Amino acid sequence: MTVAEISSVTTAQTNGRYAVELQNTHIYYGSFRAVKDVSLQIERQRITAFIGPSGCGKSTVLRAINRMNDLIPGSRLEGRILFHGKNIYDPDVDPVEVRRRIGMVFQKPNPFPKSIYDNIMFGPRINGWRGTKAQADELVERALRGAAIWDEVKDKLHQPGTALSGGQQQRLCIARALAVQPEVILMDEPCSALDPISTLKIEELMLELRRNYTIIIVTHNMQQASRVSDYTAFFLMDADRAGQLVEYGPTEQIFTSPNDKRTEDYISGRFG
Amino acid sequence: MSTIIDPRERPIGYLPEGADINRNIAMRRLRGKIWQALFFSSLVIGLLALGTLLYTIIDDSFGYIAVQTRRDPEELADRPLEELSKEELIEILRANISAGLFRRFDRDEPFSERSKESVLQLIEERVIGREVVAAFKLTESLLERERIEATVRERFPRAELEFHSWINREFLTRPMSSVPILAGVGNAILGSLWVIAITMLLAIPIGVLGGVYLEEYASDTWYYRLIETNINNLAGVPSIIYGLLGLAVFVRALEPITSGAAFGVTDSNGRTILSAGLTMALLVLPLMIINAREAIRAVPQSIRQASYGLGATKWQTVWHHVLPNALPGILTGTILSMSRAMGETAPLIVVGASTFIVFYPDSVFDKFTVIPIQIYNWTSQPGAQFRSIAAAAIIVLLVTLLLLNATAILLRNRFKRSY
Ligand SMILES: Nc1ncnc2c1ncn2[C@@H]1O[C@H](COP(=O)(O)OP(=O)(O)O)[C@@H](O)[C@H]1O
Ligand SMILES: [Mg+2]
Repeated sequence: MTVAEISSVTTAQTNGRYAVELQNTHIYYGSFRAVKDVSLQIERQRITAFIGPSGCGKSTVLRAINRMNDLIPGSRLEGRILFHGKNIYDPDVDPVEVRRRIGMVFQKPNPFPKSIYDNIMFGPRINGWRGTKAQADELVERALRGAAIWDEVKDKLHQPGTALSGGQQQRLCIARALAVQPEVILMDEPCSALDPISTLKIEELMLELRRNYTIIIVTHNMQQASRVSDYTAFFLMDADRAGQLVEYGPTEQIFTSPNDKRTEDYISGRFG
Repeated sequence: MSTIIDPRERPIGYLPEGADINRNIAMRRLRGKIWQALFFSSLVIGLLALGTLLYTIIDDSFGYIAVQTRRDPEELADRPLEELSKEELIEILRANISAGLFRRFDRDEPFSERSKESVLQLIEERVIGREVVAAFKLTESLLERERIEATVRERFPRAELEFHSWINREFLTRPMSSVPILAGVGNAILGSLWVIAITMLLAIPIGVLGGVYLEEYASDTWYYRLIETNINNLAGVPSIIYGLLGLAVFVRALEPITSGAAFGVTDSNGRTILSAGLTMALLVLPLMIINAREAIRAVPQSIRQASYGLGATKWQTVWHHVLPNALPGILTGTILSMSRAMGETAPLIVVGASTFIVFYPDSVFDKFTVIPIQIYNWTSQPGAQFRSIAAAAIIVLLVTLLLLNATAILLRNRFKRSY
């Protein structure tokens, strides 16, 4: 399915409020059910945080949203995940197209062992980039500005991206994701390997990006979730170790007056 | 070794009564020292073995030889032989050997087609008859010169003593000869390079592509696991078995192709460079695949994820990230395989390397010999001189290997990346 086809579905079927919708999603690794019956609507141009104790399936749900789970042998999904009203797990949808439009930033910064410039241009190139050298230069600059790292690297665009500091590498990875023009950006604990100052920069950046992108972030850091996110989803394992969505709502409400006792316990640090 | 803590003083903490830690420092250090000494002595043993090897080879490759000629070259012409034309040389040859022998040489290869060097070589062999009557090792030559001179004077009064390096330019360029001092490894070097070229041309792409498939595409099912196990076992199969396989398949069954008959080559059988190269390719293929797989597996998963996450297809990920990042490792495997193929002797004997050929191979359908076969051949001949040329050939083999490896290592370092 091509961009044009998905976009035409968009106008036909969605009112544009939700970027992604999970409907009764179950996710399995082999015979193990890691995530059970998650239904969730992610609002467009907002930051949604996934919180919950380790192993409750936050990353699993996140990876399901851009079909990165397909890369794990034995993984399987039941239910539907709608993107522009189209189930991305329908057999006629190409995961490659999904991943171009729903980008991902990983826990550990993973720039390619190439120049900063090539890191940014890799995505556009493999997706069939057509443009002049000047346009490529401009795209690189815009992506790096978008990720608030342009001033730090503009003089060393042709040096390896791996030579940057951890926080800079992570922003480079965000810039790299921006360069393929995604609509949604998934971030799996993007600050867990970074120092507090770099973390702050990434958080500021996320608030900046919110104006144009839908962001879903997995975080272990309660303060971070409350600082940056508009909506929060709290996950927890049930008795047979399958992750479940316990509560989902505006961050403010989840953190001040949660409906579920378990959410309250977790947020007040009583377990997890 | 003293400790900073008085052993009688009990450490503060949760230690149960009677238990203790922070003891035996001297003992632990001693154990460490013993192991270190053990590691070091292994290194020394290795170095000694290497030293002995190099010593014996070099000892045999240089030294005095006692040379005796049947005719003095100066009697044959008024100028040095090298300056004469080919026609003059042919005349000298005709005048000094029997007519029958001359006709035989002409029949073997017409004189009109022979090069000047080949005529000169015939004169040296048949007319001048430069003959080495005794050869000495390097250590003897350096330490016991008087004794050598006395021996030679007594046993070969006509002979002259000269210092000879068995490894020299002629040795590198000349073909085989039954006379050691005239023999060379020229055609064996060429044969080795031909065989290696074919081996690598086949084994590198097949090995790498097979490795990519197994690592990146194949799922974890019983038949792929069976294939993997088989590949791992094949790497340990004795090389002679590959020789037998090559003999049955390439030399016999595929003879029309490997002899070149299918391509219009007439005077050949299946015992060609092509058969040898194919056999060697089979031999190193498991090694290549195993190594390529290891190199591919060493590429961090995070790089693949980054690539897929941007919308790359599997092939784009493999081509742009997996292969470039695995390249240094793949080159290391190539070095190993190449060295293996370079030194293998047994399978090539089975496939039918010629032990005595004098011409240079110039197509894959030619008969061939390779350096290790020459070495094997010469070491099985009696006499000090054969031992000397065998040693010289070993040096050639080692240096060739070293050069090939150095090239591969340079390439590898050039492609090395950091994550
Ligand atoms: N690649 C995988 N293969 C098998 N099981 C996995 C894999 N990844 C995660 N799991 C399992 O799925 C469950 C959820 O994991 P994950 O989504 O990583 O949790 P979280 O990100 O919330 O810490 C865990 O029980 C984990 O062991
Ligand atoms: Mg996780």
